[in-house]
Order: sequence, then structure tokens, then C-alpha cells
Amino acid sequence: MNIGAYFARHAQVLVGSLGRIAQQPLAAMMTMAVIGVALALPLLLNVFLQNARIASGNLTTAFDLSVYMDKRADTARAQALAKQLRLRGDVASVRVIPADQALAEFRSGSGFGKALDALKDNPLPDTLVVTPTLDAGTPQGTETLKAAIAAMPDVQIVQLDTEWVKRLQAILEVVRHGVLLTAALLGAGVILVVSNTIRLDILNRRAEIEVMKLVGASDGFTRRPFLYAGIWYGLGGGLLAVVLVTAGTLFLSEPVAHLALLYGSDFRLEGLEFVTMLEVLGAAAALAWAGSWLAVRRHIRAIEPA
Amino acid sequence: MIRFDQVHKRYPNGREALAGVSFAVQSGELAFLTGHSGAGKSSILKLIALIERPTRGQVIVNDRNIASIKARGIAQFRRQIGMVFQDHKLLHDRPVMDHVALPLIIAGVPRRDIDKRVRAALDQVGLLGKEKLRPLELSTGEQPRVGIARAVVARPSLLIADEPTGNLDPDLAREVMLLFKRFSEVGVTVVVATHDVHLIERFDARRVLLSEGRVILDSHAIVEGRSVAEGRSVAEGRSVAEGRADAGGRDGGDAKPS
Repeated sequence: MNIGAYFARHAQVLVGSLGRIAQQPLAAMMTMAVIGVALALPLLLNVFLQNARIASGNLTTAFDLSVYMDKRADTARAQALAKQLRLRGDVASVRVIPADQALAEFRSGSGFGKALDALKDNPLPDTLVVTPTLDAGTPQGTETLKAAIAAMPDVQIVQLDTEWVKRLQAILEVVRHGVLLTAALLGAGVILVVSNTIRLDILNRRAEIEVMKLVGASDGFTRRPFLYAGIWYGLGGGLLAVVLVTAGTLFLSEPVAHLALLYGSDFRLEGLEFVTMLEVLGAAAALAWAGSWLAVRRHIRAIEPA
Repeated sequence: MIRFDQVHKRYPNGREALAGVSFAVQSGELAFLTGHSGAGKSSILKLIALIERPTRGQVIVNDRNIASIKARGIAQFRRQIGMVFQDHKLLHDRPVMDHVALPLIIAGVPRRDIDKRVRAALDQVGLLGKEKLRPLELSTGEQPRVGIARAVVARPSLLIADEPTGNLDPDLAREVMLLFKRFSEVGVTVVVATHDVHLIERFDARRVLLSEGRVILDSHAIVEGRSVAEGRSVAEGRSVAEGRADAGGRDGGDAKPS
């Protein structure tokens, strides 16, 4: 048999197996629905995770360092230090907040004006707000910067407000592992569901398989329609998952945008990318193929003419 | 073409179906395996088609000791054999066309040739024009012909049939047997297992009578020109098949297909 005929035969079986599925649309749709829902869940979680990462990635200001000067040093010293820091490669900008200005801001902003009047001295030190460059804006980078600044003369305290960012990222990491675990479990579920569907399919077509074997069909020939049926189930289920997740993100995008707006952000929920959709379809087809392979391996061999 | 040499077959349940069977069928010969049910007819066909393996002894098919064929080679081996079954093994949801095309599809025959060859095979069994019908839409006499067309469409060198006339009335049964005879006349080796002695009496063909897993009469003797009496004497003294063997021996030499 030449290559062309070989592909023609496979294409024929591929289309034939789709035709068979179409003959029992309800049963096939049930299987696809199970696959679709099983895949939609981790996929949707993953969409949220991706969005949470994008959102948390926008929080570069969270990596700013607050440098509180020694009370004994004057503002000129703070200015000098700022100048020195601006020369560093990992510093993007430095803003100096003199103690007086800080007190004024606090007075107007906090509502403690009267109480502050009771104080003899300004209790606030001069402050530098140091923003690291984008490259140095990682937890490790800022940590290095923090240590360097803390070692400088006249610096009282360097405060790094990254603790909660670290925690958020740790939480996202936990969630990510959770998503992976869920995906693995539900992926195994897809394999089992397809395997079971194909098993029933094989048992229903027992007579046909027996006849095929009697007239000299090889195991490969007998298996093929079932393997292709598995791929169709997977593609159908994958398509459904993509539709479900896209619908889900559309459903949520409006309230999320509104919420973001309340926080002064123009953040928008990102749906599935086209490439991701293709990946989902591919993964679904591969899982379903694996499932049908399991069923075919066991059950077609078991059918022997007698 | 086919040679059985001291073949024994004992099934896992302990039943001994064949107890030292030896016979040979020449290329292009038509041979009937007869005997009561349970005599071992079906077992012989199953051994030929590698549906079962012998417990002991040799089976040679097409000059090949089939013990040498491993599980992987069975499919390929079966493509040289056309098989017809008592229950026809037809699929009720498939049209006649699909049934008969199956062996050709398996053999990788190009699509454009399949149609032509299916029609030719259907023509041979008298079912031309019924390609689109499903088995249940055919008459009882037509159903086994679908199985026969399927068995011959890939032009096997060997055709085996197990009780192909099982449920047919005598006229239809005779027509089916005539089909087998016709295939043997064009060079196909045909082995038919049947309990219907009266039917095959009318055919001038080889007869192998089995009883309790043994060959008790082989009309091969007649084919090779030995006396009828010799064949008969083998049968005598075996009470189980005596009457039938007698009938077979008496008419074996001069019966004509009618």
C-alpha cells in the first residue's frame, strides 16, 4: 500500500468514526459534556490565577523602600544621600520627604491636627522613598538594596513593604499548585471517562469486532475506529471547555472591571488566548486518546471469535 | 492444501473433540465433513482458521504448518481463507455492501476497485442489486449468500463453511451447496461441514465422516479409484454412524449434483 492510500484509509476511518458518533448524538454529547466540564474547572481556575498574577505584577509601588533618616541628621544630609542613591544602577528614583512636609501631610490627612499641636518637636524623621528599577524590583533585588541602604551612615530604619506581596505571591503559588493538582485529577478523570465510554462502545460492537477478526482484520485495524472516536470525544469536550471558560470570563469581566475601577485600577479580566485554546483542544484530544487506548488495549484483545 | 496428521483437540473443559484425526484435502477439491453434532466437524474448521489450536498433531494449510503462525500473524493468515458460518455472522445495522466490502477494506484494496469487486461477488451468489439492503430485509435464502459473498470477495484460495445450510429448507439448502460446488470448480478448495447427509448425497464430492472425534469413513478412497466396499467396511461395526455411512458409501460414486 502506498503512502497516499494509507492516509486515505486513515482519513476514511477518521470520518467514519465521527459518523458513528453522530448516530448516537445524545450519548456522545453526554461524554463530551463530562469532559468539557472536567476540563473547564481547572481551566477557569487557571484563568483567575493568570489574572491574579497580572494584577499583582502591576503592584510595583509595593516594592518601594521607605528610608527613615536618623533624627540627628538634617535634611541636607537626606538630600545628599538621595543624590548618592540615584547613582545606583538598581535605583529608579528617589523622592525626599522632609520631616516638616511629612508632618504637614500627616496633619491635614489624619485629622489629628489638634493633637499634633500638643507636640513640642516634630516626631517624624526625614524620609526617602526609594523606587528600585524594574529589574531590581524583585523580592531578592529589593532585599539586596535594603541591606545596602541600611548599611549607609545616618540611616535609622529601612522599611520594605514587600511582606504582603511576598505572602500574596506565596498564596498564588499555593493556588497554582492546587490548580495543577486539580488539573491532574480531572485529567485522569477524563481518561477514565473516555476509557469507559469506549469500553461500552467496544462491547456494543462485539459482533462487529468478531466478524472483523474472522475475516482477517489486524488488531491495529480493529482498534483504529475506537481510537479515533476517542479523539473526537476529546476534541468535542475540549471545545466545550473553551466555550464554557470564555463564557465564564465574559460573565465575570463586567463586575471585575467595576471592582477594579473602585480601586482606581483599569485592570480587565483576560480571557483565554487563542494559543491556549488550541493547547486545550490538543490536551483534551491527547487525554481522550489515552483513555480510548486503555480501553482498546484490554477489550479488543479479549474479543476472540469462538 | 489441507492436511491433518494425527490431530487431537481437547478443550479446557476436558471434552475431547478430536482424537487423532488424519485426512488431506487437495487443492481445488470440494470436501464435505459430516457426522452428528459433536463429532468434531466444527473443531476441524476452527483449527484450520486458527480459531483454536490443536492439542497434539500437525495441521498443514497451504503448505504451511500453522503451528508456526504466531498470534500476530493470524490476521494475515485468515485473509487467505474465506469463512462461512452457520449463524451467518451478519451485522443487522449494516447494509450488504458493507459486509462484502469488509475483507477488501482490510486487505487495503483501493476504493474504486472495491465497488466493482463487491458487485462481482454479489453477482456470483445472486444478490446483485441488493447492496443497500440490510440483512433483515433479505429473505432466509438470501441471508447466507451475503456471508458467502463476503467469504469469496477477496478471492481466497480456501473456503470453509460450517453448517452453511443449517436453517434452510431443502431447496434453498441445495442452491447454497451448488454455490460451493461452483467455487470448487474454479479452483477454490472448499471444505463444508454439514450434518445434512441427504443433501450431499446428490453431490459427486469427497466426504469425510466423523464420529466422536475420529474419521470413520473417508470417501477419498473412491476419489482415488478404490472400491466402494472398502470405504463401507471402515464404517461397519461403528454403530453410531453406520446407517449414514452406508448411505454415503452407496451413492458416493455415481451421484450427480441435481
